[in-house]
Amino acid sequence: MKTKGRVELSRREVLGYTAAGAGGMALGSPQHAAAVKAGKAKAVIQIWMWGGPSHLDTFDPKPDAGADYCGPYTAPIETNVSGIRIGQRLPLLAKQADKFSIIRSMTHGINGHETASYVTQTGRPVGGEVYPAAGAVVSRFKGVDAGYDGLLPPYIVLTQPQGRFSESGFMGLRYKPFATGGKPSAPVFTVEGVIQQGITQARQKDRRDLLHMLDTYGNKMKGNPAFEQMDLCEEQAYELILGDAGKVFDVKTEDAKLRERYGRSDFGASCLIARKLVEAGVPYVTINYRGWDSHKKHFDIMNTKLPEMDRGFSTLLDDLSQRGLLDSTIVWWGGEFGRSPKIQWEAPWNGGRSHFGKCFSHVVAGGGFQGGQIVGTSNGTGEEVADRPVYPWDLIGSIYEQLGIDTTARLPHPQGLDVRVSPTEADGVTMGGRLREIMS
Amino acid sequence: MTASLQVDAAQNKTSLKIDRMVFSKLDELGIPPSDPCTDEIFLRRVYLDMIGTLPTRQEAKQFLSSNGINKRSELIESLFERPEFADYWSLKWCDLLRVKAEFPSKLWPNAVQAYHRWVRTAIFNNMPCDDFARAMLTSSGSNFRVAPVNFYRAMPKREPKEIARIIALTFMGTRTDFWDEEQLLGMAAFFGQVGYKGTAEWKEEIIFFDPTLKFLHPETKEAVKAKLPDGTVVEFATNQDPRLVFSDWLVGSQIFSDNIVNRIWYWLLGRGIIHEADNIQAGNPPQNQKLLNFLSQELVRSGYDMRHIYRIILNSKTYQLASIHNEGNQADEANFSHYYPRRLGAEVLIDAICQITETTESYSSEIPEPFTFIPENQRSIKLSDGSITSPFLDLYGRPPRDTGYESERNNTPSPSQKLHLLNSTHIQKKISSNKTLMGMYSRKAKGKKKTIVAWYPEEEVIENMYLAILSRYPSAKETNQALNYIRNSDLKKWDAKIDVAWALLNTKEFIFKH
Repeated sequence: MKTKGRVELSRREVLGYTAAGAGGMALGSPQHAAAVKAGKAKAVIQIWMWGGPSHLDTFDPKPDAGADYCGPYTAPIETNVSGIRIGQRLPLLAKQADKFSIIRSMTHGINGHETASYVTQTGRPVGGEVYPAAGAVVSRFKGVDAGYDGLLPPYIVLTQPQGRFSESGFMGLRYKPFATGGKPSAPVFTVEGVIQQGITQARQKDRRDLLHMLDTYGNKMKGNPAFEQMDLCEEQAYELILGDAGKVFDVKTEDAKLRERYGRSDFGASCLIARKLVEAGVPYVTINYRGWDSHKKHFDIMNTKLPEMDRGFSTLLDDLSQRGLLDSTIVWWGGEFGRSPKIQWEAPWNGGRSHFGKCFSHVVAGGGFQGGQIVGTSNGTGEEVADRPVYPWDLIGSIYEQLGIDTTARLPHPQGLDVRVSPTEADGVTMGGRLREIMS
Repeated sequence: MTASLQVDAAQNKTSLKIDRMVFSKLDELGIPPSDPCTDEIFLRRVYLDMIGTLPTRQEAKQFLSSNGINKRSELIESLFERPEFADYWSLKWCDLLRVKAEFPSKLWPNAVQAYHRWVRTAIFNNMPCDDFARAMLTSSGSNFRVAPVNFYRAMPKREPKEIARIIALTFMGTRTDFWDEEQLLGMAAFFGQVGYKGTAEWKEEIIFFDPTLKFLHPETKEAVKAKLPDGTVVEFATNQDPRLVFSDWLVGSQIFSDNIVNRIWYWLLGRGIIHEADNIQAGNPPQNQKLLNFLSQELVRSGYDMRHIYRIILNSKTYQLASIHNEGNQADEANFSHYYPRRLGAEVLIDAICQITETTESYSSEIPEPFTFIPENQRSIKLSDGSITSPFLDLYGRPPRDTGYESERNNTPSPSQKLHLLNSTHIQKKISSNKTLMGMYSRKAKGKKKTIVAWYPEEEVIENMYLAILSRYPSAKETNQALNYIRNSDLKKWDAKIDVAWALLNTKEFIFKH
């Protein structure tokens, strides 16, 4: 039947969730190989603030703007970097400010979730082709096509996919994230397909034998090319199911004190697992952190959500740093937009903040981005960019550069169109420029 | 009765012509066709291909036990009448039309509902496909009230060139990337006066003929002359809506009917006569020109009746060949020497699993307003909005409805999909929650009002699992293998039975159409 060598080769091909069939895409072409150089960063942890977090209440406080802007958050706190103050509900992050930089002049001007999410995650203006999100691009240049041969998928999202737009855009299924599902803070985090409670390894093996025995049609079709891919996928899946690679999702192996510091919330556990995944070699992890679309009762929500975020995010930075991983791991925090600086006191909002795409904050740390810096400024109320606008494509282009991805490289396109990693002025896009001031 | 028999006879004649064309081509190439498929294979295949739905256990039993000589064509006729026929083909058309509330179509939920309902009604009533296309291309009015105008809204850029590109892709099955710029501009000129305006109602939009708009050449800045794709230059009066002129030409053109019949062939047989089905161009000739011409003529002759095309294909021997290859045709992937196996589409697969396990899926969208919640028992093939999805549908390659290309629906297998079906809590819960599948039933206790729970014997449970999951009876060998597993395993009987159902759901026979 098949020679050993051939199986090895094919298995490698399916390995990182390749799913072939990406018609007309030359994999591993010289042009593509040249697109990836050794970068400072090897991996990205993206904390996606789903719904849009308030910039005033997090990383761009405006205590002088008055009660209609600050609400109850009138006392921002000093950080361990002199001159940088952040929101009063983030005391733990304040102690890590030397590790991250705040971009206070993010802008795209879009106030609809779905379009803003697209622009912020793809680094592409709206119109024409639907481009892939940063995670899919990294998966293209740091994943299987680039020789990644881990058993874990190269692009993992904790726990639910975005769903607001197609993460892999025109690049298709092959570059989609693996969504874990499940509840990270539960006693057993049942990662869909990888970890299932109550089925022993012995039963898994018995089941597999039973399946092969009852697969009458499949057995008749042995050798048919239509099923070759399917068989390799099954082999691959069983390596994960029966092997040890899935243990990376188990936080119980970690020190109890450290777990406590991350927090026992789903977000805290997700941060810890993200660190473990990066440690295991996964190049891109998104934590899809829900609950920031606070139109109503905004400050009540912030009072509970911010301490949870503060714990998880700050411990992640500290933990990565102590393990020597922060130098090679970019942590990117932000949502599709900020929230309106002016509080909506009137009914039905009763103290809410609405969508705000004109000016908002993102945070980057590690992987060659300096800490303890502020990029750009907003005006006195946080409603306008005052200095140094940063567009999503400036930020994401900078992330690609740190990873060693050539931003002018071609992306695979199903109809073979000439499409590139990042837009330029030649595409008619207004550029704020790469984040040179914090890139080392 | 006699009339319908006559129809049948004419029907068969037409289907025979298809077979003659396919088989003589195979003869030429020296490729032997596979054997005809069995009734049980046909049953499952035609349900999945026509209505995207598995036959139930009862339906399978009934069909398999029938002795009627015309039972296959009678089944085809009955499936046209099923509501799922309209559901399933609306799903397909809404993929191509990019029906989606959010980015990038941004139709908005109300307009998605209206548009989907219009498409479904058209398919349900078998609206001739020339009228179907014409309605989308020529309507004017509100996106909420005159649903087909949404055709002009579901585009990444609302400009004449983009409109022309999308129309060429959708209704001519051709990609304007291969055209020269002047040809595209000439076609775009027909859409230079498509106007868009808002109303006082939130997210309502009117699409209308706006004679004040001018479509200027991007370089010469002069008005572009309207030129049909066949090269004819057209002049129209100032108050004449050029969309009408274009759509008259379109629906009468060869490429329009070629596109429709080629797509139907692709949908039913897994490969276009011209392949890919949306890449009709001189450099990509049909694999069988005679066959394409014949189907195209049949479409026109029948008054643009798409069901007629379905019918003559489905009744053909070509469609009813086995998928099992023989020595001479294993490598053939373009000449229809056997039925090409294909993985079930995402929505069809989850619907099948839900039907077998008597479970449901939850779908909702909390952005944008108004929030949408889909009833629990609704099938996934009925989802109208491409923005409403689930991790399962995403994983199994449901099209994002970004571009309208056929290739957006990706049915290639991936290890993540395998992981999910083999080992996810999602699927495991569905299997283990279904007591009926495990053989439980309730019956009245003798002489009492109370019902008591009873269990079918294991042989019968296995038979029922086969009928529900694979739409056929198990062979004696299979029954014994499953029985052995249940009886000799250390597991509880209940768990062992779950494993049998799990195994059947993971067979290629289940995951593929074949």
